[in-house]
Amino acid sequence: MRRSPKETEDSARVTHRRALLMGGAMTAMFAVLGARMRYLSVDQADQFKLLAEENRISIRLIPPARGLIHDRNGKVLAANEQNYRVVITREDAGNVDEVLAKLAHIIPLTADDLDRTTKEMRRTSPFAPITVADRLTWEDLSKIALNAPSLPGVSPEVGLSRQYPRDTDFAHVLGYVGPVSERDLEALESPDPLLRIPKFQIGKIGVERWLEDQLRGRAGTRRIEVNAVGRVMRELEREEGDPGSDVRLTIDADVQNFVQARLGDESAAAVVMDVTNGDIIACVSSPSFDPNLFVRGISHTDYNGLMENDHRPLANKTVQGLYPPGSTFKMITALAALEAGVITVNTTVRCPGHLEFGGRRFHCWKRAGHGAVNLEKSLSESCDVYYYDIAQRVGIEKIAEMGKRFGLGIRHDIPMSAIADGIMPNRAWKQERHKQDWRIGDTINASIGQGYVLTSPLQLAVMTARIATGRAVSPRLVRSVDGKDVPVPEAPDIGISEDIMRKIRSGMFAVMNAERGTAKSSRIADEALVWAGKTGTSQVRNITAAERARGVISNDQLPWNRRDHALFVGFAPYANPRYAVSVVVEHGGGGSTAAAPIARDAILRALSGGLPPLSAYPASQRNRIESMLQKLPLRDADGRAPESTRA
Amino acid sequence: MSFLEYRVKFVPTGLRKVLHLNWPLIVLVTAVSAVGWLALYSIAGGRMDVWAGRQMQVFALGAVLMLFVAFVPIWFWRNMSLLAYIVSILLLLVVEFFGSMGMGAQRWIEVGGIRLQPSEMAKVTLVMMLAAYYDWLDVKKTSRLLWVLIPVVLTVIPTVLVLMQPNLGTALILLMIGGTVMLLAGVSWWYFGVVISGIVSTVWAIMASRGTDWQLIHDYQFRRIDTFLDPTSDPLGAGYNIIQAQIALGSGGWGGKGFMQGTQSRLNFLPEKHTDFIFTTLGEEFGFVGVFSLLVLYALILVFCYVSAMQNKDRFSVLLILGIAANFFFYLAINLAMVMGLAPVVGIPLPFLSYGGSAMLVLLVAFGLIQSAHVHRPR
Repeated sequence: MRRSPKETEDSARVTHRRALLMGGAMTAMFAVLGARMRYLSVDQADQFKLLAEENRISIRLIPPARGLIHDRNGKVLAANEQNYRVVITREDAGNVDEVLAKLAHIIPLTADDLDRTTKEMRRTSPFAPITVADRLTWEDLSKIALNAPSLPGVSPEVGLSRQYPRDTDFAHVLGYVGPVSERDLEALESPDPLLRIPKFQIGKIGVERWLEDQLRGRAGTRRIEVNAVGRVMRELEREEGDPGSDVRLTIDADVQNFVQARLGDESAAAVVMDVTNGDIIACVSSPSFDPNLFVRGISHTDYNGLMENDHRPLANKTVQGLYPPGSTFKMITALAALEAGVITVNTTVRCPGHLEFGGRRFHCWKRAGHGAVNLEKSLSESCDVYYYDIAQRVGIEKIAEMGKRFGLGIRHDIPMSAIADGIMPNRAWKQERHKQDWRIGDTINASIGQGYVLTSPLQLAVMTARIATGRAVSPRLVRSVDGKDVPVPEAPDIGISEDIMRKIRSGMFAVMNAERGTAKSSRIADEALVWAGKTGTSQVRNITAAERARGVISNDQLPWNRRDHALFVGFAPYANPRYAVSVVVEHGGGGSTAAAPIARDAILRALSGGLPPLSAYPASQRNRIESMLQKLPLRDADGRAPESTRA
Repeated sequence: MSFLEYRVKFVPTGLRKVLHLNWPLIVLVTAVSAVGWLALYSIAGGRMDVWAGRQMQVFALGAVLMLFVAFVPIWFWRNMSLLAYIVSILLLLVVEFFGSMGMGAQRWIEVGGIRLQPSEMAKVTLVMMLAAYYDWLDVKKTSRLLWVLIPVVLTVIPTVLVLMQPNLGTALILLMIGGTVMLLAGVSWWYFGVVISGIVSTVWAIMASRGTDWQLIHDYQFRRIDTFLDPTSDPLGAGYNIIQAQIALGSGGWGGKGFMQGTQSRLNFLPEKHTDFIFTTLGEEFGFVGVFSLLVLYALILVFCYVSAMQNKDRFSVLLILGIAANFFFYLAINLAMVMGLAPVVGIPLPFLSYGGSAMLVLLVAFGLIQSAHVHRPR
């Protein structure tokens, strides 16, 4: 086929023209691409550089070591132990099931462990290490290290975990730590990013919680390079954090241990306080529990066991347990009456065994009555009618005011959880709380620490310390933080004449030492250490007129939880007070028999700096005391529990 | 002019053809490929064996093929056009029914251990077919409706087959190639005007229908369009690739982070970093200067194709060279517009740079055709 040259030329010209047009379009496109590239990598370069850095650099926190907690003499109460874990990395392990099976031959692994591991593995990246087992022993760890060649992808790791070497002794004071929960985070305004670290431990209750800020420390940071899926490529920079501050408490671990052992299985609480500066030497709630269980994650069985126990081991009875103070409150009523001037130290009241008022009969614990009673006798023999009488004269307002001056019904600020305020009732309180008018009968009940009056063992100890010194001593639990002593504020004078105070103290002295003193059997024989105190027995049930007519059922005949609470407060030495003590034995019966002997042992332990010396006890009791002391399951010098009680 | 009209004796023969090859084009193609090896070496973290080594082998094979094609007279290839076109349509059919799945689409068939992507082949055979068609067609008939419909059908057949794989990007390029060759052959502007205004009004109608009762596409399809227009609206999903690509390009700055220092690619933030998004690695490591130099290399390749076409009087050769150059340009422009965030993410590799055997081989064969046309041009 031949074409005319003209046609050929025409078509070639069209093609050339259109090709040039297309070339122009291509050039324009190149210009657009060049301009766009310029915009991205020149004009916007800084922004994109920043974004690239954000992509690649990730900041990881290095958890700081938690501050240690010591007792007043430097014994460790809360430590950090090495927690050995074994982790597995899927991508290094190859055949995960095979490796896990081999691992299970070397160390004990539960089916649960294996199940959890494989489940977790499905959810995470192949390079993320997954914890197979926690809290391994050193032996297990060395076995793994020894078998490392046959366990690809398996590696041992070390972390820190809280450990309480004196487990049960300090469960209530220290509380415990646990993994940060959603609730913990919600409670904080701007949570420390540290708390987001998986398995990071935070103080849940007690000192661990209330001194969390000091104990936690400051996180270090690691700037690391990560790839798109989050694998760490290398560490770019590292800044170490600061470990938490060490805290030294006022508590003496040995006294604490002694009192804990002495309370035994009773549902009881005891507080020993240094009256000179308010230092809490021992603060014991019984029965106790092992806080280490909570750190590791307590099992349901263990937890239910603690919850169902009617002796309430989880409650810290020293500060959250509220009890009618019973006769231990009588000092307050007397002080109110004496200061108001409605009675003098010599005023006598006749006790016929009861007081009639408004058609109701208020009984003295002694049915036969005490006859003529003055202040000293009213305390030493714990006459109730005396107080019914003087309380009516002085009125509830002054009694309540006096109670608060001595630390009852007010909150004492120490770093413990669930501190109860207690109740020091007056007219306004009853009106607000029960929407009822105050009646004289309420005053009469309150005068002997019954009715609406509720106090905690800590408050009773504070009251006793204030009576012993005449100063408004406040309790304190923290002796020093990070080596710096917490200053002891000068306790202000309580503002009651020394004559009156002396009279009250001598009444309490008579309780222990007079011929008919209610706690005579718990006196201290050592001349230098003789002491003063007050028993209390508070009812937890109403005694009906009918029962009274038949004869009041004795405590032995009642079920445990209907029996009276036994209370005792005291201070020693009488001449130059050093320690105050309060003991409450729930449903223990009489204060003189159930509480006072414990209080004596506790205060002698604190005073002597060792086991209570037998010489301090009346000669007739020494044999019994000696065998009792020998049987106490005390810890050795290193804080280890005796064989028999070790888990 | 058709090859039948010029005297073959003026065309070099035997080994003398070597002297008449378009050497600048060969050098440029090799240079761009070498940049690709460098990039692949860097992305693999300094390893040859991952991608770069294999890419060099493919290039070597392709270069041999290119020279072979270049030595065969262009009129032979013209006569082969129809056959090549039919074979590639058949291969597309084979892929459609027996092909392997790749990236969720049927794209290749395996012949003796070599993966063949017929869609890549189709781009070149379509150019050949259309060029041969217009070489054959009486110039006067070029704009007559019947003779316009034939090349339209020739273009639409492979386009539909590729679309069914589905491979939207390649289908689009096939359409554009067909249109380009027709335009260059001198088909009346009216046809293009009608088609373009048809497309524009369809797009307008679709966008205007949004939210109305007569909405033409689904809501999710609208959302895809939104994501394309503003990738930051879906930073972890559809927008992720494009955002990361732009971060890589932008963070390179003026001079780049340095060879093998690209954090975006080395740390895997870049998706498809060795294939479709390889340009971003270069942008990150060599910056604006490096990328601009690469654009200049690409532009020079096109310039030399143009020069070769302008020197050629053979109608088949001219249409073939310009058609292949346009194909090359479409690859380039769509890929770059995509990684720079100017176009939607469609699976189009960057010519001579992206890792992948089929595209590289087909491109080199195509440049062999350009060489053949150059060597055997009427003088």
